[in-house]
Amino acid sequence: MADNTAECVFRAKGLTKIYRMGEVEVHALRGIDLELFAGELVVLLGPSGSGKSTLLNILGGLDTPTAGEVFYLDRNLSAAGEEALTGFRRDHVGFVFQFYNLIPSLTARENVSAVTEISKSPMRPEEALRLVGLGERLDHFPAQLSGGEQQRVAIARAIAKNPAVLLCDEPTGALDSATGIVVLEALEKVNRELGTLTVLITHNAGIADMADRVIRLSDGHIVEERRNAVKKAACELSW
Amino acid sequence: MTALNLKLLRDLWHMRGQALAIAAVIAGGVATLVMSLSTYDSLVASRDLFYRDYRFAEVFTRLTRAPEAVAARLAETPGVERIETRVVAVVKLEVAGFTDPVTGVLSSLPDTGQPLLNTLHLKRGRWLTPYSGDEVIVSDTFADAHGLHPGDRIHAVIHGKRKALTLVGVALSPEYVYQIAPGAMFPDFKRYGVLWMGRNALAAAYDMDGAFNNVSLTLTPGAEAQAVIDRLDGLLARYGGIGAFARKDQFSNRFLSEELKQLQTTATVFPSIFLGVAAFLLNVVVARLIATQREQIAVLKAFGYRPLAIGWHYLKLVLTVAFLGVAGGVALGAWFGQGLAGVYMELYRFPYLHYVLNPGVIAIALGVAGLAAASGTLVAVGRAVRLPPAEGMRPETPVVYRATLLERLGLQRLLSQPTRMILRHIERRPLKSLLTVFGIACAGGLMMVGNYQRGAIDFMVDIQFRQAAREDLAVGFIESTSGRALFELAQLPGVRHVEGFRDVAANLRFGQYHYRSAVYGIQPDGILHRSLDRNLRPVQVPPGGIVLTDHLANNILRVKPGDLLTVEVLEGRRQVLQVPVLGITKQYLGVSAYMRQDDLNALLREGHVVSGAYIGHAPDAAADLYARLHARPRVLGMVAHAAAIRSFYDTLGEFVLFFNMVATLLAATIAFGVVYNSARIALSERGRELASLRVLGFTHGEIAYILLGELAVLTLAAIPLGFLVGVGLCGILVVVFESDLYRLPLVLEPYNFALSALVVTVSAVISGLLVWRQLGRLDLVGVLKTRE
Ligand SMILES: Nc1ncnc2c1ncn2[C@@H]1O[C@H](COP(=O)(O)OP(=O)(O)OP(=O)(O)O)[C@@H](O)[C@H]1O
Ligand SMILES: [Mg+2]
Repeated sequence: MADNTAECVFRAKGLTKIYRMGEVEVHALRGIDLELFAGELVVLLGPSGSGKSTLLNILGGLDTPTAGEVFYLDRNLSAAGEEALTGFRRDHVGFVFQFYNLIPSLTARENVSAVTEISKSPMRPEEALRLVGLGERLDHFPAQLSGGEQQRVAIARAIAKNPAVLLCDEPTGALDSATGIVVLEALEKVNRELGTLTVLITHNAGIADMADRVIRLSDGHIVEERRNAVKKAACELSW
Repeated sequence: MTALNLKLLRDLWHMRGQALAIAAVIAGGVATLVMSLSTYDSLVASRDLFYRDYRFAEVFTRLTRAPEAVAARLAETPGVERIETRVVAVVKLEVAGFTDPVTGVLSSLPDTGQPLLNTLHLKRGRWLTPYSGDEVIVSDTFADAHGLHPGDRIHAVIHGKRKALTLVGVALSPEYVYQIAPGAMFPDFKRYGVLWMGRNALAAAYDMDGAFNNVSLTLTPGAEAQAVIDRLDGLLARYGGIGAFARKDQFSNRFLSEELKQLQTTATVFPSIFLGVAAFLLNVVVARLIATQREQIAVLKAFGYRPLAIGWHYLKLVLTVAFLGVAGGVALGAWFGQGLAGVYMELYRFPYLHYVLNPGVIAIALGVAGLAAASGTLVAVGRAVRLPPAEGMRPETPVVYRATLLERLGLQRLLSQPTRMILRHIERRPLKSLLTVFGIACAGGLMMVGNYQRGAIDFMVDIQFRQAAREDLAVGFIESTSGRALFELAQLPGVRHVEGFRDVAANLRFGQYHYRSAVYGIQPDGILHRSLDRNLRPVQVPPGGIVLTDHLANNILRVKPGDLLTVEVLEGRRQVLQVPVLGITKQYLGVSAYMRQDDLNALLREGHVVSGAYIGHAPDAAADLYARLHARPRVLGMVAHAAAIRSFYDTLGEFVLFFNMVATLLAATIAFGVVYNSARIALSERGRELASLRVLGFTHGEIAYILLGELAVLTLAAIPLGFLVGVGLCGILVVVFESDLYRLPLVLEPYNFALSALVVTVSAVISGLLVWRQLGRLDLVGVLKTRE
């Protein structure tokens, strides 16, 4: 979905994030300019410590920039307070974390419910789990699921609220390639069928082939941005 | 059920061991509160009901003798509602098979019908037959102590004449709820009894025909007690009235009030300490518990749960546990309370116990426990919520460990790798370690509070009877007697030493403060009855003035040595004297005023007279001596000290034992709850780390050493700190428990310390074993696969 008429969902200008730890200042982001469009599947690449997670967290309203601005549609996230960011996350953002972060005392279905219960027009938890191919494992606890299955529950949890954006931080980072592909297929399917803007962080250049757009970060800068002429299906990837 | 509520239930179930331990801490605090307050409320309610139902009089007086005709004039006094005259005689009693001296009070009952005031509650047997000559009803304490039953016979020496009496009933009276012989320190149910007898028969035996020597009355609504007392004193002065007094100064009632006041203090101070410590521990434990959930809090937050919703979620979790604790505490407290009230009923004789559990008490319990739990939760949730979610979900950034002090001192070679891990972990989070240590110390301190009284009472009794009042026997004469009587006493077989004393009832007054008591004239160089200085060393009473018990001088009359004290004598010529205060004497039991005997006699303008004598005798001479003294008409009463102490322990033993047992049990519960929670939380905080070590090849024993070693170090540090806390808490008790009756000394026996250390250690060992078992079941794969 590379067409330029698509609505601009995120617009960032001069995003800077500096972590201060006593004497030391860590520049995680050094002036990022970026636009992300509705329906796009964007892959963020970059070496460890280049600022990918920081950028994603700021886009998702989990963190705020030290300087610069970021807009979600016409909402200025960089100026938003805690309460507004919570509302933003609740209504518009789905997260998938590298370590799944499921609630261990809840089953797959209940983990999804925990999110759908507080959103406006969610899908049914069972439906979301079916979308990621876990329709048969509804009542299993996280500890009874494999890493890949847990990650797919996390994806179901993220998409169940019908979010406008899906932000995934190394969703396959802890998985073997076969399992990783199953997870990516789930993401691809959501992106395609629901038209959700999906941002995906990975260390894996191979995965970039499934993106509409690839953005490469290094040391807090965007060093490369390219559009894939041909988009591969997740099942064709390998690494 | 929402997913979050499901999570709540499962989390609760998952941490049930810990939840129970926390609930136990709360229950311990709440039970103390409920037990003490409900016992107090119950006793007050029972007393008030008893006084009302049995028409306890409001003003009392004694006199030498007045013709019955005077009664009519008394009844006309404004402010008097109902009046009753009686004959009351102090007598010597003989109970078959009991050789110790027994003092009795024989009180008259109308020959027909019920008394107007101070009616009796008949427990067994029957009422007197009208105009019977030898029937008596006896107090239940005395009957129980001697196993007397209706139909039994006892003898009384009334006015020097021996008379046989037939026991027909056993009763309780509002006048003698607390039965203690005048001048005695403790109740002694075997050696002091109250009896009731028909007025005619008693008057005949006591030489009081057509006369009375005791008056009690009630007041019309709105009447001023003091005004009535003044009028009464005016009317009775020429009949040898000794000064009327209001109900608040009535002997049994005053003791009862003192004891109830004491109990009220116990009921506020003890639970405050227990509940306060429990609340603090709860707060700490809950805060740490919530802190272990920081990743889950971050996830909830990332998905758009508002801080308030998250706070409420955890609040519900903690309040459920708190509520469980309160419910358990109330049930336990009510149970103990009934037991305790039952024990008190042995001491205070009420016909019934009206057990009261005030809803207010439960509200306080809920409030305190809820607040402590909620504040701990909210602070911890607040801290977790304030973290940006991104940070909360990251595995906690490896904290900066440093080489510990020991290592920096170059001792690292002495320390194994796991030992170094323990020390570094403690040093890395000094505040948390400190809180754990302090929490365990508080629990240990509570243990000392729970069982400190026994030793304090032993010490108190030892000082009183082995340092100050060392006589074996105190003998009172019917009236003041020439000092020559002492030589006769000294001649009796077995008597080793005799010291005369002179006591006189008096009202001591200084400025606005006054106290009704007796002034004792004792021998300055006495070896039996002595006054003690601040360091508990015997000192002579200095000539020319009066010496007061520290509590009487400092807290009641507020006089200093050098001040002039007004002594209003209540007997004989009723002089009002100004006497300089010369010193302060240390005394734990009761309060007294001492002078030299010759000084007191001189002040009263009497020659060398004594009102009684302290006697030291050979131990095997007791029975024979008692019999000989009993036979002497001038000897009115005898108090045998060894017997008094023994009976004191009999009565108090049960009470102290019960209270100690309960307090110790509750303190132990709290101690265990705290130690176990500390261990469990450490486990959940470090489960991952330990599982990783297991994966790396560490053995079960090695990781247990790392976790439990830390617990052991903290526990060891907490024990001496707990001693300090315990001494401090006992110090608070000593201050708040000061009363006329006794002041507890701050003495702690080695066993107080040992028990505290023992309970903490045992709690730690059991907790350690439980955690050891859990470490064995550590799900290595699971822990590494899922992130909690
Ligand atoms: N809370 C923090 N405090 C201090 N420095 C931080 C913090 N979070 C991130 N950083 C620093 O900011 C820089 C960017 O971190 P970020 O997590 O965005 O990197 P990343 O590109 O996601 O790396 P990785 O691929 O390893 O996940 C790093 O140097 C990191 O050390
Ligand atoms: Mg990252």
